[in-house]
Amino acid sequence: MQLRIKLGREARGALAKDRTSGDAVSQTMTRYIIRRLLWGVLLLIVVAALLFLMFRYLPTADPAKLRAGRLQSPQIIAEIRHTYGLDKSLPAQFWLYMKNLFLHFNLGYSYYSNAPVKELLFNRLPATLSLVFGGAIVWVITGLSVGIISARRAGSRLDRASMSSALVLVSAPEYWLGLIVLYLFAADIGRVHIFPGAGSYVGLTYDPVKWFESLILPWLVVAAGSAAIYARLIRGSLIETMGEDYIRTARAKGLPERTVVLRHGVRAAINPVVTVLGVDIGVLLGSSVLVETVFNIPGIGRLNYIAITHADFPIVQGTVLFAALVIIVANIIVDIAYAYLDPRVRYS
Amino acid sequence: MSVGAAEVVPAGELTFLEPVGEIAARSPLQLFWRRFRRDRVAIVSLAFVIFLAIVALAAPLIVKLLGLPGPYTQNLNLTDEFGSPLGPSAAHPFGVDQLGHDVMSRVIYGTRVSLEVGIIGTAIATTIGVVLGTVAGYYRGWVDTALSRTVDVVLSIPILLLGLGIGAACAVRGCLGGAVSPGTSTIIFLISLATWTYIYRLTRGLVLSLREREFVEASRALGASDARIMFREIVPNLVAPVIVYATLQIPLNILLEASLSFLGVGVRPPTASWGQMIAAATPIFNTAWWYMVFPGAALLLTVLAFNLLGDGLRDALNPRTAR
Repeated sequence: MQLRIKLGREARGALAKDRTSGDAVSQTMTRYIIRRLLWGVLLLIVVAALLFLMFRYLPTADPAKLRAGRLQSPQIIAEIRHTYGLDKSLPAQFWLYMKNLFLHFNLGYSYYSNAPVKELLFNRLPATLSLVFGGAIVWVITGLSVGIISARRAGSRLDRASMSSALVLVSAPEYWLGLIVLYLFAADIGRVHIFPGAGSYVGLTYDPVKWFESLILPWLVVAAGSAAIYARLIRGSLIETMGEDYIRTARAKGLPERTVVLRHGVRAAINPVVTVLGVDIGVLLGSSVLVETVFNIPGIGRLNYIAITHADFPIVQGTVLFAALVIIVANIIVDIAYAYLDPRVRYS
Repeated sequence: MSVGAAEVVPAGELTFLEPVGEIAARSPLQLFWRRFRRDRVAIVSLAFVIFLAIVALAAPLIVKLLGLPGPYTQNLNLTDEFGSPLGPSAAHPFGVDQLGHDVMSRVIYGTRVSLEVGIIGTAIATTIGVVLGTVAGYYRGWVDTALSRTVDVVLSIPILLLGLGIGAACAVRGCLGGAVSPGTSTIIFLISLATWTYIYRLTRGLVLSLREREFVEASRALGASDARIMFREIVPNLVAPVIVYATLQIPLNILLEASLSFLGVGVRPPTASWGQMIAAATPIFNTAWWYMVFPGAALLLTVLAFNLLGDGLRDALNPRTAR
């Protein structure tokens, strides 16, 4: 409720500003953004509710017993039930959960260590963000350049070689690729000692050089599959764009080929890439669990992996919810960026 | 492509040709097959997929013919004095694992899990997606809104993490009151729950435009019921795109099963699954490389074959995308 009022006020402010500048474009834009944000909030509420029900009903074990661990006396279990509100009715429990979640971003407490899940997540976040964003930079740069070069020389040996290897990389499971590169290049156990191996991660603030070195292999592994998908995507899109009339016009007016490709071709061909990029970063945040497990990086994924071995559901639930939040926000950002790029979207 | 015999024959002989037989139009299936047949990569991948299916169905027979021990036969004599497994040899072409299981035998049995999850999971998800997508696209209005918003919700949950949660929750005693047992059925449950959304979006979009076509109007004029229009008139038009999409979804589901098994919440030992074998190989991969390499290579080849097959089907079913 509070949020909606706040949003409304902001919107009015923005609209008033628009009227003074007489800019109709940014007015529809603001309206679009507001609609998108409200839908995002609603989506988050529904996802939170769904996860609550799922983790309440799917596990066959009693949450109080799971939390009690080895101290399974009836008194302790009753006490736990009372402290965590498990003796209340389901709607009351749900209300408590949603209130904690939306007012305090409280994601519950670990069954195993009783630590707040929020704190555990935030402690592990830097490592995961380092992995995901570094990987994204590698994949966008390699994916785009390979895709553009392949599209320019479609059908050539270079194109066929890079598209075949792209297909192999798409099909390879990243954890297996991780093990292979460790086997080949890790400084401790590899055949050729080049890069620091598993478990060498240190924080960025602790030692930036070591941080960078320890992440080279994980970045490459994380980026491999996605870069391949992007290369295929931009290649297809650019080949199609280069057949357009305005490209012929650009060539006819004597622009150098480089400018035609980069300023006219890629600029239009990049749209499908923008749409998937935000979503992919969100999804990667979820699947970082695989790469973090192989390289022993103390991120959110690794936290989850350990949580599963203890049946520590609050951590798993909190992580899924957090990842959903990231995906929802990423989707909103992408949609807004897309609406800026393509005016037709705003009016739909 | 030959256009028909009539063109190459001199005009005078045309009369002789008439009784030889009428020129039959090629059915869409024939047209598809003619195009598909020329795509060598697609044919090889189709052959590989058929080979995999045979391996999966006849796993016990193949293991016996190759003279390998069964996938559950442990033999600690096959580890050295430090407990490290022995590498590839004539008797064990892919080496053995820590417990002396034959790796090749387990890779062969692992085909079963991958194909089962990939094909059954995809089939269920595709059915749900096509039915709901058709209903949403045909009726539009609130039905469409409700279903499409549900899809938005499902798509904002990362499937691997959801799988971790469901896998962990169902790992010991199953869940939903025993309806979903641990192992492959948990994963099929997850796939059905999460991946129908992709097929749904595809189907809905196509039906939205198909419902405006004349043949739909014609059959409505003839008094056909909504159900008949949807499933007898519209759905047959969806076969080509849905087949392509479903084929490309199979490798994703196979990878999902392997990832979950790798993380220990999918298929559990002693059942052989490629992902779970890679997980078991992780602690010893620098000494026993064969235990990590062979299941991973099997996974890579299988996923690659389905991806190439999907690409080939798309090119053959939709000539406009031919490169």
